Amino acid sequence: MAEIQIPDELRYSSDDEWVRVEAGRVIVGITDYAQQQLGDIVFVELPGAGASFKKGEAFGVVESVKAVSDLCAPIGGKVIEVNDALTDRPEAVNEACYADGWMVAFSPSDPEEIDSLLDSEAYRKHVEARSD
Amino acid sequence: MRYIPHTEADVQRMLERIGVRSLDELFVGVPKKHRLERALDLPAAESEQLLTAHLQALSEQNASTQTHDWFLGAGTHAHFIPSAIETLVSRSEFTTAYTPYQPEISQGTLQAIFEWQTMICCLTGLEVTNASMYDGASATAEAALMAMRCTRRNRVVLASGVHPHYADVVRTYLSGLSAEIVTTLRAEDGRVSGLADLVDDQTACVILQQPNFWGCIEDLKSAIEVAHAHGALVVVTVAEALSLALLTAPGEIGADIVCGEAQSFGVPMSLGGPHVGFMATRQKLLRQLPGRLVGETTDTEGRRGFVLTLSTREQHIRRERATSNICTNQGLCLLMATIYLCLMGRVGLRKLAELNLAKSEYARSRVRETPGLSLAFEAPSFNEFVVRLDGDAAESLARAREQGIVAGLDLAPYAPDLGNAILVCTTELASRESIDRLVEALAGGAA
Amino acid sequence: MSDRRTKVGNTANGFAYEEPLIFEHSTDGRDGFSLPELDVPPVDPTELLPEGAVREDLRDLPEVSEVDVVRHFTRLSTWNAAVDLGIYPLGSCTMKYNPKLNEKVASLPGFAAAHPLAPDELMQGFLQLCHGLEQQLAEVSGMDRVTLQPAAGAQGELAGIMMIRAYHEHRGEKRSQVLVPDSAHGTNPASAALNGYSVTSIPTGEDGLLHPEAVEAAMTEEVASLMITNPSTLGLFEEHIARICEIVHAKGGLVYGDGANLNALLGITRPGDLGIDVMHFNLHKTFSTPHGGGGPGAGPVGVKNILAPYLPTPVIRKLGGDEGEGYVLDYELPRSIGRLHGNNGNAGMLIRAYTYIRSLGPEGLKRCAEMAVLNANYLLARLREHYHVPFDRPVLHECVLSDKFLHETGVTTLDVAKRLIDYGYHPPTVYFPLVVAGAIMIEPTESESVESLDRFAEALIAIAEEAHEDPELVRTAPHHTRRTRLDETRAARHPVLRWQPERSA
Repeated sequence: MAEIQIPDELRYSSDDEWVRVEAGRVIVGITDYAQQQLGDIVFVELPGAGASFKKGEAFGVVESVKAVSDLCAPIGGKVIEVNDALTDRPEAVNEACYADGWMVAFSPSDPEEIDSLLDSEAYRKHVEARSD
Repeated sequence: MRYIPHTEADVQRMLERIGVRSLDELFVGVPKKHRLERALDLPAAESEQLLTAHLQALSEQNASTQTHDWFLGAGTHAHFIPSAIETLVSRSEFTTAYTPYQPEISQGTLQAIFEWQTMICCLTGLEVTNASMYDGASATAEAALMAMRCTRRNRVVLASGVHPHYADVVRTYLSGLSAEIVTTLRAEDGRVSGLADLVDDQTACVILQQPNFWGCIEDLKSAIEVAHAHGALVVVTVAEALSLALLTAPGEIGADIVCGEAQSFGVPMSLGGPHVGFMATRQKLLRQLPGRLVGETTDTEGRRGFVLTLSTREQHIRRERATSNICTNQGLCLLMATIYLCLMGRVGLRKLAELNLAKSEYARSRVRETPGLSLAFEAPSFNEFVVRLDGDAAESLARAREQGIVAGLDLAPYAPDLGNAILVCTTELASRESIDRLVEALAGGAA
Repeated sequence: MSDRRTKVGNTANGFAYEEPLIFEHSTDGRDGFSLPELDVPPVDPTELLPEGAVREDLRDLPEVSEVDVVRHFTRLSTWNAAVDLGIYPLGSCTMKYNPKLNEKVASLPGFAAAHPLAPDELMQGFLQLCHGLEQQLAEVSGMDRVTLQPAAGAQGELAGIMMIRAYHEHRGEKRSQVLVPDSAHGTNPASAALNGYSVTSIPTGEDGLLHPEAVEAAMTEEVASLMITNPSTLGLFEEHIARICEIVHAKGGLVYGDGANLNALLGITRPGDLGIDVMHFNLHKTFSTPHGGGGPGAGPVGVKNILAPYLPTPVIRKLGGDEGEGYVLDYELPRSIGRLHGNNGNAGMLIRAYTYIRSLGPEGLKRCAEMAVLNANYLLARLREHYHVPFDRPVLHECVLSDKFLHETGVTTLDVAKRLIDYGYHPPTVYFPLVVAGAIMIEPTESESVESLDRFAEALIAIAEEAHEDPELVRTAPHHTRRTRLDETRAARHPVLRWQPERSA
């Protein structure tokens, strides 16, 4: 496996999603570790704008050739924007999971949930623990 | 035993290499208390010679197109099977191959499936189709499940003309989910009636059969309009696939899922199985389509090849969230149908359909002019139709049998309201003389 | 010096033909059909049928001669691996030899040209055969009653779980869960979900077995059923099975047995005697019917008497007493789960399986199990120094290895599988069961001679050596096939699922 990128400025869930905190909203995608584990992404199923999810609830599905994985809401909130470009280019998740591969933008229902997300160091430990 | 090569010397050598002294030691994982103390109570092994004679004798106790003129259809059709099919499908590389999970060494199977997919799309007028279902009945049931998933609704409206066995299988498949199934009435002319009264905004799909079980050609267009007005999907199931060569493709009229039975395409009747179900749908519903799919791609050298694809819909990956639990398909029968369609081709398949129509029209005209017999339904039909008798249907069928004719299906168990009625199917196998004899035999009781 | 390519037709490679799609062979006006002359008045469909009902054309169907068709499919066949070419060691698939006698009898006109809806009196040979097969399967498995209707193992599972659901509903119990071990085949949870059950996965132990404590912890009165495969997908006999069945029964649940691996148990032990309440058979595995490139199969289901009222209809009944002689199809089963198949199941496969069982007899069937188990253990003995064995215990009919010893080379299970193809072998099952990382699941079956096994083992050993000596060679295999690794990502991202003609707008 290639070296796993875990940008310091982001927060992470134990389900291998990353979170970028912006003013009034959070952007969510899957981490470099997740996309490497899955392999070539072939399809991403995302909710419509307006849908609401609780923390930990599945909000979509990501498929590679041989595997399927739920996308779990790292925090609770309402979907305000969806990356429609992934419909035609799911490979963006493999190529740039933290940039063009972003998946949804949430408006958080409880901003305090952001604090309980992992920072980059804690997430790296979480990845290393599973890589044995 | 000729299928198991091991000699005693082989066994000894192998046991030594493993490091045990007896076969018994290999079964150490099976607790002694569970070991069978006796031999299985089954007949002793029979030689190939005597077993062949035994099976021959059993087979001779069944009526077939070899022993009787055959006018019984109702979902399984007696068509002529070109001899090239048997030669080709009996090749070991087709029969003894497995599911094409290793594409580099399964291109024969994969390419044949890709050709099937192309031709079924052509015939149904839809964009994508899978690598077969078990049969028309289960394909219809899976279509209902698919419509329920796509619409997130659970009301299914079954047209009156759907094959009773197909309807039964739909009910069985849906019984474990909270689904509601209602059936329409049948109009005087044999077609569906009262559809608009049953379709609502909770309806996942309307299921129609074309031609329907009574042989009548439904007006799909109006049914589709009613369904779509409520956001319901339309499933058209086809029990006599040959009709697709003659009638406007249901997909072109607006059907969302076209499924059914392709046994008419070169697959032996074989007492009801193995046959081959098909299921086709629109591109946008692709991810909800169950079953295997073969897709085109390239290899590392840039050469065109074929692979199983979109497997993430299936049970071995999605497990309890799969589109279906289907694993094994009807592979070899799919191959028979594919070869058949290639042999018949663009021109031959249509000519055969017109031949069936002509035979059937002749039979219908004979019925119309014969006292004691009448056609039950006025709607146009293809190669199947219901005959009403003045005489007793069961007796007429028995009398026909004595004359070497299996004259059709007694409809008493299926539609007692029709009185004495028989479903008759005339294919290209029916000669003019045999049709004349059929009509005489059926009318005999009222003479 | 010339590169020896042929001057024209440079897609040809001697007799290893590049074969286009049949549509690419098509030529307007060519035909491959034969139809009898019309002996009735001709008709014009547009006159008989309503406007808009008649199709104009079958444009995309090919126009080719019979010669074209026969050559096309004959050539395509040469692209396939097959049991008749060599060992096909797929785990839990039981790719045993497909006897040719079975093909011959299934194609007798009294079977092949017979109709499922003919009156019972006209089907007595078939009904007698089916009745005999039901009895054979019941005896082999220790079940009381059998239905032959399901068309495949998965449909059999569906039927079995439906019968369990009907059983609980009839007793007024609303159970919502099914327990499935984590080593189970994907059809198990899928079949449970189709019945509206939620699926709870039970972990197998360090030793690869399902343990009573794990079942006890999960077993409640909400659980309708435990689904178990025995031997498991690891090739191990579930030695705690009797106790497990007791635990499930004690809370009112029923045990479903996935019979995919029955080949290891023939004449040795019987699932019904171990506490299994319902199980399916895979005729295309244990009972030698051919795989046909993916099907057809057949998935009969055996049940204990408590589930007999729920069997699918129709049921085959032997007439008795003053009813006379013979067999009938009986629809009088008020609590039946209903019909699963449009007709009576895959009759042609039933005929083959019946013939197979009659060919072997009780000793032959037991010999299948003994030699299948001998073969799997022999391979394990030959391979254990070269491939990691996750569960070091005697196996039954299949063994599971992993690519753990090859980690430092960068060569994976997938690469080993692809390199095996260069050696002329269809690879074993890979990456299943999920509980073993990089699993290689090998089921040789009893059809393989010791020489065949030796050659196969030697190939696998050679590949393990290649992985250390020349990993790149293995990682880019296969090299000797007409197609090298195919781009499955592209096929999934941009699905092309049919041929399209080039048409001007």
